[in-house]
Amino acid sequence: MSALAAPLTAAPRRIEPLGALLTLAGALALTWLPFVLVKANRIVPGTPLGVGAALPPAVAGGLIVLLVGAAAVGLCVGAPRVRLLAALTALAGLALAVGLAGSLLTPGGNRVVRVAPGGAFWVVLVCLGLLATDALTRLRPRPLVRVLALGLLLGIVVAALASGWFDHLSILREYAVNAARFAQELRRHVLLAFGSLLAAALVGLPLGILCHRVPRLRPGVLGTLNVIQTIPAIALFGILMAPLGALAGGFPALQRLGVSGIGAAPAVVALFLYSLLPIVANTASGLARVSRAAVDAARGMGMTHWQVLRGIELRLALPVIITGVRVVLVQNIGMVTVAALIGGGGLGTFVFQGIGQTAIDLVLLGAIPTVALAFSSAVLLDALAETLERR
Amino acid sequence: MKHGPLLLRGLALLLLVSFVIAPQRFAPLFAPLTQYGAPPIYDQGNLLTLTLAHLGTVCLAAAASTLIAVALAILVTRQSGRAFLPLSRTLVNIGQTFPPVAVLAITVPLVGFGEIPTLIALFAYGLLPIFENTLVGLQTLPPAVTEAADGMGLSARERLFSVELPLAMPLILEGIRLSLVINVGTATIGSTVAAKGLGEVIIAGLLSNNTAFILQGGLVTALMAVLLYEGMLAVERRLCRSVRTD
Amino acid sequence: MITIEHLAKQYGTKAVVEDVNLTIERNSIAVIVGTSGSGKSTLLRMINRLIEPSAGRVLIEGADTREEPAHLLRRRIGYAIQGHGLFPHRTVEENIATVPRLLKWPAARIAARVRELLEVFQLEPATYAHAFPHQLSGGQQQRVGVARALAAEPAVLLMDEPFGALDPIIRAKAQEDLLAIQRRYGTTIVLVTHDMDEAFRLGDRVAVMSNGRVLQFDTPAALLAHPADPLVTRMTGQTDRALRLLSLTTAGEIAAPGAVPGPTVSAAASLRDVLSELLWRGAEAASVTREDGTPCGHVSVAALLRHGRSP
Repeated sequence: MSALAAPLTAAPRRIEPLGALLTLAGALALTWLPFVLVKANRIVPGTPLGVGAALPPAVAGGLIVLLVGAAAVGLCVGAPRVRLLAALTALAGLALAVGLAGSLLTPGGNRVVRVAPGGAFWVVLVCLGLLATDALTRLRPRPLVRVLALGLLLGIVVAALASGWFDHLSILREYAVNAARFAQELRRHVLLAFGSLLAAALVGLPLGILCHRVPRLRPGVLGTLNVIQTIPAIALFGILMAPLGALAGGFPALQRLGVSGIGAAPAVVALFLYSLLPIVANTASGLARVSRAAVDAARGMGMTHWQVLRGIELRLALPVIITGVRVVLVQNIGMVTVAALIGGGGLGTFVFQGIGQTAIDLVLLGAIPTVALAFSSAVLLDALAETLERR
Repeated sequence: MKHGPLLLRGLALLLLVSFVIAPQRFAPLFAPLTQYGAPPIYDQGNLLTLTLAHLGTVCLAAAASTLIAVALAILVTRQSGRAFLPLSRTLVNIGQTFPPVAVLAITVPLVGFGEIPTLIALFAYGLLPIFENTLVGLQTLPPAVTEAADGMGLSARERLFSVELPLAMPLILEGIRLSLVINVGTATIGSTVAAKGLGEVIIAGLLSNNTAFILQGGLVTALMAVLLYEGMLAVERRLCRSVRTD
Repeated sequence: MITIEHLAKQYGTKAVVEDVNLTIERNSIAVIVGTSGSGKSTLLRMINRLIEPSAGRVLIEGADTREEPAHLLRRRIGYAIQGHGLFPHRTVEENIATVPRLLKWPAARIAARVRELLEVFQLEPATYAHAFPHQLSGGQQQRVGVARALAAEPAVLLMDEPFGALDPIIRAKAQEDLLAIQRRYGTTIVLVTHDMDEAFRLGDRVAVMSNGRVLQFDTPAALLAHPADPLVTRMTGQTDRALRLLSLTTAGEIAAPGAVPGPTVSAAASLRDVLSELLWRGAEAASVTREDGTPCGHVSVAALLRHGRSP
């Protein structure tokens, strides 16, 4: 309470600019955009309903009070902890409310009617998310805290989805229909992204070390990899399809291994090629920033070449190399989506199917987990790089 | 050493231009890739028109991104916009974990099919590298220079336009280059939502199982991306000869 | 004893070190001094084979250094360099323990040795053992660097501009400490510097290098008295050579019996410092006292003038 009161009395006229912007956006959205859309089936445009129409009066009132409270904190309180708490509380309330709206608006036993979160829900969600993100950024959490917070968040989201409270929302309906395929495509997505990363690391690390040791090679190798990076994913997939198809046609043994012009093979090869640049470049520049004196001292004290490389050079370059791995992983997770176009599978399958059927829920079923996957990888690897850098 | 790549770029440009102007001349090259007498050269639209449309979409989106991103970066580095600085940095970090496809896919249901969702997605995704680079450029100015500018009595506005922005220019241009190259790729995917562009050729190839289409769509896009990249690099070098970034 | 015979290093057609012959006595400090590019670092690095010689050989206690693998040789030779070269990801303790660990000493012996060295180098173990290099001052980092070089009790210690990055006051202290440590452990030290004052202060014998050749290897006094080459005269300082000569002798060494009125100087003070003190006070002579305060005679201006004269 004192934390709340102190800034209010100390600086009564000071209005937080970010809070003002977010409050304005949230208020406009709640006034003009629907909270939920009720659709007769998954494709037709739905009937827009505001907060008042979608929820029982008591719940709607409660939600509004919660949102106004969060807005008040966002406008007047500077302390990041308080802001974070207010944003998270309001987010929980918002989520529970939309879940409840889904259950209430779906006629019992009806599997065709879809209740989709509307524009107001999304805008308010983003506003509260921004408020929380801003507070979290200002708190400057340590790497371990960030990882724990991410784990907690993912745990809560999974538990909430498993609880059944949200089962009547359109995205989860879409999930229920595709559950088996979802698990399969998710696995495939992760496999493609990590598999190509692993292959790129196995090749890129020695190549990076080579570029560091033989500076003459550096411009040529990095220049070539740079040109490869410039080629758009879909174009590279396409270009690779022809030779891989020919290879598979020529060598039935390869075909039995799963190599073919269509499917995972061109995707893996393309992702592998894209992944090389960040790994090679970061390995080389990570090694270049290792203190020459430390390497000289290590050799002078009688470490073998291998001991110097492993114990000193690579260890000191590791944060930079991990940063490269982060870039690759985030990039790969995004690009695997495109692989669906050439039959490579992955979550992109849902995205492109959704585009084809103009079913936004199906698009979101593919897009949201992709973003979550990329985001989680980024947080984890950033934390790892920062921890290694501190030691 | 220096002329080799230049020659290579000239040849690439020549190849690209002659192919999109007179694709039929290359038909014998692509014929072996087709089966059952399918056409070796894309015949459902004019390659030149598609290429120009593709380039137009990419450049329009990049121009809009540049305007907004630079303005935003200037805003958050002024005293009045400081409150937004920490958040904007985090947002750029988070934003870059969004795959371009996801941005495109989410835009379609909101605004419908055609050019518009592609433009919006390209614009939104293109903001990130430009904003980030401008921010870095404006925040890592040598303190001696900004102090000297203040010491000479430049107004805030004069300082911004005659000191800060020119010094940040190499990084801003690099951001635009990255943004352009990403856009060329993302715009291909735009064809899945009926935007006019070279993705059409690739998708047509995928649908009709015509490797020749896929290859020519892929090659034209790849050449365009590489040439744009190299071209921007040349522009950067010309414009920023006097400004050292390090 | 280190014997260097006809040692040379060529890169392509460029000779960096040419036909160097030196004998460095056990338990002494040999300083190699020269301008940058004179080949002094290359010479030093050929002793532990960080650079392989093009010709000639190095013997340590009569054994050719090429008889064992280079990395095993280096573990027996201490190595300290400018800018300390500490491993930033390892604690002070881990840094010092580097070579003992490579030699697979038992953990207890390593711990005892690290502790001993920290105390010798005036680094409180409780505070510093688990600190990281970046948490130390420049002087402390340099001390850890030397402690690390001495960790495996090497008979020979090579030092490449070890004090180059220190400011003058800390540098003087570090030089004093090095002399004390050399007396304590009896290590044979080969030290490279470009600073002639440092060379004169530390070296039992000094090798003056120029263009890859050792012009002269002799005691500091002999370098001043009998320069073998005009370049040696120039490098040892033509204008202040008398003062340099004075700086090599202490007051205690030349004190004549009997006390005199006037200022008092320490027996450990160099004649150069005594002369400066007498000039400043306008006195003709000073009494000399030992460290414990007992008188040990006097030094007169006339005696100082005799000592500064060309021998």
